[in-house]
Amino acid sequence: MSGSNVASRLWDRIRRRDDFEPDLGWVLDDSRRKWMAEHTSGVTKPDPALVIKNLRRTFGGLTAVDVDHLEIQRGVITALIGPNGAGKTTLFNLLTGFDRPDSGSVLFDGRDIERMRSHVRARKGLVRTFQLTKALTKLSVLENMKLGARGQVGEGFARSLVPPLWRAQERAIEERAMELLERFSLAHMASEYAGTLSGGQRKLLEMARALMSRPAVVMLDEPVAGVNPALTQSLLEHVRELPIEGMTVIFVEHDMDVVWDISDWVVVMAEGKVIAEGLAEDIGKNQAVIDAYLGSGDDNNGEAP
Amino acid sequence: MALAAIDWGFILIQTVETSLGLEAAVYALAAVGLNVHFGYAGLLNFGQVGFVAMGAYGMGLSVTLWNLNPFLALVVGMGFAAAFALILGVPTLRLRGDYLAIVTIAAAEIVRLLARSTTLGEITRGAEGLHGFIGPFRELNPFDPGAEYGIGPVQFGGNQFFAIVVGWALTAVALVVIRQLMRSPWGRVVKAIREDEDAARALGKNAYWYKLQALILGGVIGGLAGMVQALGKATIQPDSFVPAYTFFFWTVLILGGVGRIWSPVVGAMIFWAMLTFFQGTLTAMVNEGLIPTALMDTSQVSQIRFMLVGVGLALLMVFRPQGIFGSREEMMLDVR
Repeated sequence: MSGSNVASRLWDRIRRRDDFEPDLGWVLDDSRRKWMAEHTSGVTKPDPALVIKNLRRTFGGLTAVDVDHLEIQRGVITALIGPNGAGKTTLFNLLTGFDRPDSGSVLFDGRDIERMRSHVRARKGLVRTFQLTKALTKLSVLENMKLGARGQVGEGFARSLVPPLWRAQERAIEERAMELLERFSLAHMASEYAGTLSGGQRKLLEMARALMSRPAVVMLDEPVAGVNPALTQSLLEHVRELPIEGMTVIFVEHDMDVVWDISDWVVVMAEGKVIAEGLAEDIGKNQAVIDAYLGSGDDNNGEAP
Repeated sequence: MALAAIDWGFILIQTVETSLGLEAAVYALAAVGLNVHFGYAGLLNFGQVGFVAMGAYGMGLSVTLWNLNPFLALVVGMGFAAAFALILGVPTLRLRGDYLAIVTIAAAEIVRLLARSTTLGEITRGAEGLHGFIGPFRELNPFDPGAEYGIGPVQFGGNQFFAIVVGWALTAVALVVIRQLMRSPWGRVVKAIREDEDAARALGKNAYWYKLQALILGGVIGGLAGMVQALGKATIQPDSFVPAYTFFFWTVLILGGVGRIWSPVVGAMIFWAMLTFFQGTLTAMVNEGLIPTALMDTSQVSQIRFMLVGVGLALLMVFRPQGIFGSREEMMLDVR
């Protein structure tokens, strides 16, 4: 554990604390305070969309994810923060079925989805984007969008050979795709190859594509990394609108301004564990988190890219 | 001038003949299947000749072993190719793409070696090859075996012409089906998997299942190629399914341009036109003394023509890497 590592500094600080609980402003009431004192993190939520129980994933000797209990509240924006290597992306992979845990379980709408494969989870409404954007470069932007729609009749082999079966649905999908592209200012690129988009536009496309399926939970892995400031603002506005449309949003982000700006709830991870969670404004005031992870605003802001 | 002594007319007629003939049709079909695999679904199949062999033996054995009628034999041949696709695809398609490549190249050799083995000799007639299945097919031949068919100087015998017509007709059907598939949402998913499998899975598509479907489709089309070959040659020789043929199919596909509807057809025609033209020209040049026998004799021509095709392919890769029909714009997206 290197001393300069912000993760270990934060973790050390919290471990050394005999009674760290009063200091952390994220405990919401007495009953939760009591629960938290026992569990470090894992606040129960009124109506969780996702519940993570004892989820563990190790790579050789390294424990990438070790989350005892975490609930993701439905209809709010939850930010997942923590230094590089904290296990955020691994947790994303475990939640979406792109990786398998060693033990533990994930409940989605109260149902254990552990045995579901990734595409089945996506069909159930758990849709993600990737840290390294996956624009399907040799498909047009519009084709990319249409791919996102769920329950397409024409995706069956035999039915695809009978266009009358799916033409009407295809038109409806195209309409919705154009609507979303309009909202994401990509409509003018609709017929271009996705490979011709800039990095920022690809981020927009990937998010818009994920929304095509009208997901219940949208998981965005660093949605604004590499996106220019103007585009970032419009992207964030889109994210902010998602809960209004009934979606639950989880996102990983390193840019703290973005985190404070749009998230309702913040979960802090380090070394695979959830070390703190709370309302964005409380976590923002939390001295431990600020000192150790967020920096004091000078040279130690956030972390190296 | 010795060049004038060469019978260019004859060489030209032969060139046109082979570029429309049985071999070109067989290669076109096999490459159409390969195009489904690699061009649309991104599957690396280095054993297409195995599918061709399965189709041929499936059809042949249907007649020699089970006395099935020709149409059922066709279905059985397709079934053999589909079964081969399942055997290859089920264990490997969940893994990274390279595993399929390794398994296909080995499996195609297993098919050939099994077919020529003495163990299966009773059934497949070993290295001698399978004969005696052609009768029922010949009965369906609407052309007169004694007559010649064709346009002008390009003429084929009736039996040969039947196989050629069947071959190009099957190619046309395959192209129509593939075109329809690739314009449908099914094709969109398959192409998305080629671009990025994880992205497709994250959008709820069962990548494994689609890859398996594509492997079966392209494999069955490869099987049709084998059946056309058997139909034209009236015999199925295990050693006509050596690994080199898979790479000729790849050459055909790359010549035409990967992932385009017409490329396997035009690629196959050009491939065979080139081979025949070089064969005729080089032979004539040696005979006329234009190429000294110290450099090359007529018996070496058939090897050297492949070298020239190789040079042609290399030049194509330098000046037109996307192939004849490929889109340069699309190709350049990869390097962005």
